[in-house]
Amino acid sequence: MNISLSKNLARQWARIGPRGIYGQSLLSIAEDSPNIFAISADLGNSSGLDRFKSKYNERFLNIGIAEQNMIGFSSGLSTLGFNVFVSSFAPFITLRAGEQVRMNLSYMQSNVKIVAIGSGVSMGFLGNSHFGLEDISVIRSLPNIPIICPCDCFEVFKAVEALGNYEGPAFLRLTGASPASIVNKEDYEFTIGKSITLIEGNDILILAHGIVVSNCIKAAGILKEKYSINAQIMNVHTLRPLDDKIKDLISKYSLVVSVEEHFVNGGLGTILSELITLESIDNVNLLKIGFPNAFLKSGTYEQLLNRYKLNPDNLAQEIYNRFTEY
Amino acid sequence: MSSNQLFNVELLEADALSIRRKILELAFNSGGGQHLGGGLSMVEIMCYLYSSVLNIESIKSKSSNRNRFILSKGHGVLGFYPVLHHYGLISTETLSTYKQELSELISHPIRNLNFGIESSNGSLGHGLSYGLGIAHGLNLRDFDSKVFVLIGDGECNEGSVWEAAMSASSLKAKNLTCIVDFNRFQSDGPTKEIITQDNLAERWSAFGWHVIEIDGHSFKDIHNSFNCKTDFNKPKLILARTIKGKGIDFMENDNSWHHGRLTESTYKDSLSRLGK
Repeated sequence: MNISLSKNLARQWARIGPRGIYGQSLLSIAEDSPNIFAISADLGNSSGLDRFKSKYNERFLNIGIAEQNMIGFSSGLSTLGFNVFVSSFAPFITLRAGEQVRMNLSYMQSNVKIVAIGSGVSMGFLGNSHFGLEDISVIRSLPNIPIICPCDCFEVFKAVEALGNYEGPAFLRLTGASPASIVNKEDYEFTIGKSITLIEGNDILILAHGIVVSNCIKAAGILKEKYSINAQIMNVHTLRPLDDKIKDLISKYSLVVSVEEHFVNGGLGTILSELITLESIDNVNLLKIGFPNAFLKSGTYEQLLNRYKLNPDNLAQEIYNRFTEY
Repeated sequence: MSSNQLFNVELLEADALSIRRKILELAFNSGGGQHLGGGLSMVEIMCYLYSSVLNIESIKSKSSNRNRFILSKGHGVLGFYPVLHHYGLISTETLSTYKQELSELISHPIRNLNFGIESSNGSLGHGLSYGLGIAHGLNLRDFDSKVFVLIGDGECNEGSVWEAAMSASSLKAKNLTCIVDFNRFQSDGPTKEIITQDNLAERWSAFGWHVIEIDGHSFKDIHNSFNCKTDFNKPKLILARTIKGKGIDFMENDNSWHHGRLTESTYKDSLSRLGK
């Protein structure tokens, strides 16, 4: 694949948004990978797959509004050498078809990639039925399935490219609406399971995934400007397997902050608290920022991020407040 | 290999008898509760599949173009492992590990192509979607082999069965055959007292399948149904009327043998009833 990632392209892709870029990414890798197959449970267009469908009609299937059948079918199809990408909204694919994911992907380790479109709260006024705030929690309770949550549209492409070459089940979680915020403006190395240092700093460690990573970068700017606090920011695009280096990094900071568009339980914050307990890491304070474990009142994507304090100002304030407690 | 050349009712009857004996031995030797009723009801279908439809050598060599069998009613392993053994896919030593600690052969199938086991099952309503995916893949790869999925009538309570049923006819999966082991019982009792199955043939037919109703213990019926051509690129549904606990008179239609334990005396008794 020869796509040259540039600042202009980043802006263009951000306007298209993560879902559209998912479909385009699959389209671009399908050319060199004849085993890529795309299936959707009647959300092909919502998954940006319209062009894929017209170009590779024989490698696309709308299986109907039947997520359980979609997962079982994909698992069977993968035994003929196909690398099957299935897409639907996060809860439909992780919960409605949860046992199919467990039996077929987790247990039998089929070569199927689950793509949860519109995860987090990007579905806004479509409400709790469509939010993906427990999908990481659900998937990470099942063995054998890596979990990837890209921070911007470039990273959606990088993740799809990596998963095109990855044998086995995996979960790709797309957050954010369009236009999406931009973190990466040029090409970079993306490896499943390797987190990326975006900003270096000695005072606080912020670990985040998904579209809210860009809000963390802005929050770090505020912390530095207003309070002269230097935050290190890590893009933890792979939640499982968790990068080994995170364990060592955590022990160097007195305050570690997790920021995620997920329930505050069951996601990265929980993964880190388990790690801290398991490794008996002393003298670390962990601040977990995410959504409360509740059904939420609706709003636009931006309103929801603001109301639950995942915007840069609130993030900076909350982190500062906790930092000054010690 | 043409199935007609292999069709020999006497040989098949002898296979079925030998497999029922093996089922009883296996159930008794491993001890504890066993899914005997549903294992015994599927024996003739399985004998026919493994003697005349599936190709043992292509299963052993894991050929991509092999005919495949999926045991979706996963608790039916007593009607499965002894069959794999009888037709030379697993050794006596392997069979003897059944329900031993760490064994690959437990009360529900675990995918293991070395043993000819195509999928992990145990939760009902999974096998038909999986089989359909394989059938579709075979078509895409231009292979002419077929997929056979065995489900239970109780299993037809699961909504996912009907998702797969709709999908199969939409995809014109004519290389897919689903066999319903229609023994009219499920775990808690007769199916008619739980979810009525009186018009099961019509339901499958309405979902776009070519439905053939047979006596699931008659090799002639089974042979004819497997060799019958379907219309209009439809997937095939063989509704096989069977008797739960078939072959052991005191187990037949007695649902306490859905999951029952053989004592030494019931074991000896059941062996003496075989073939009578």
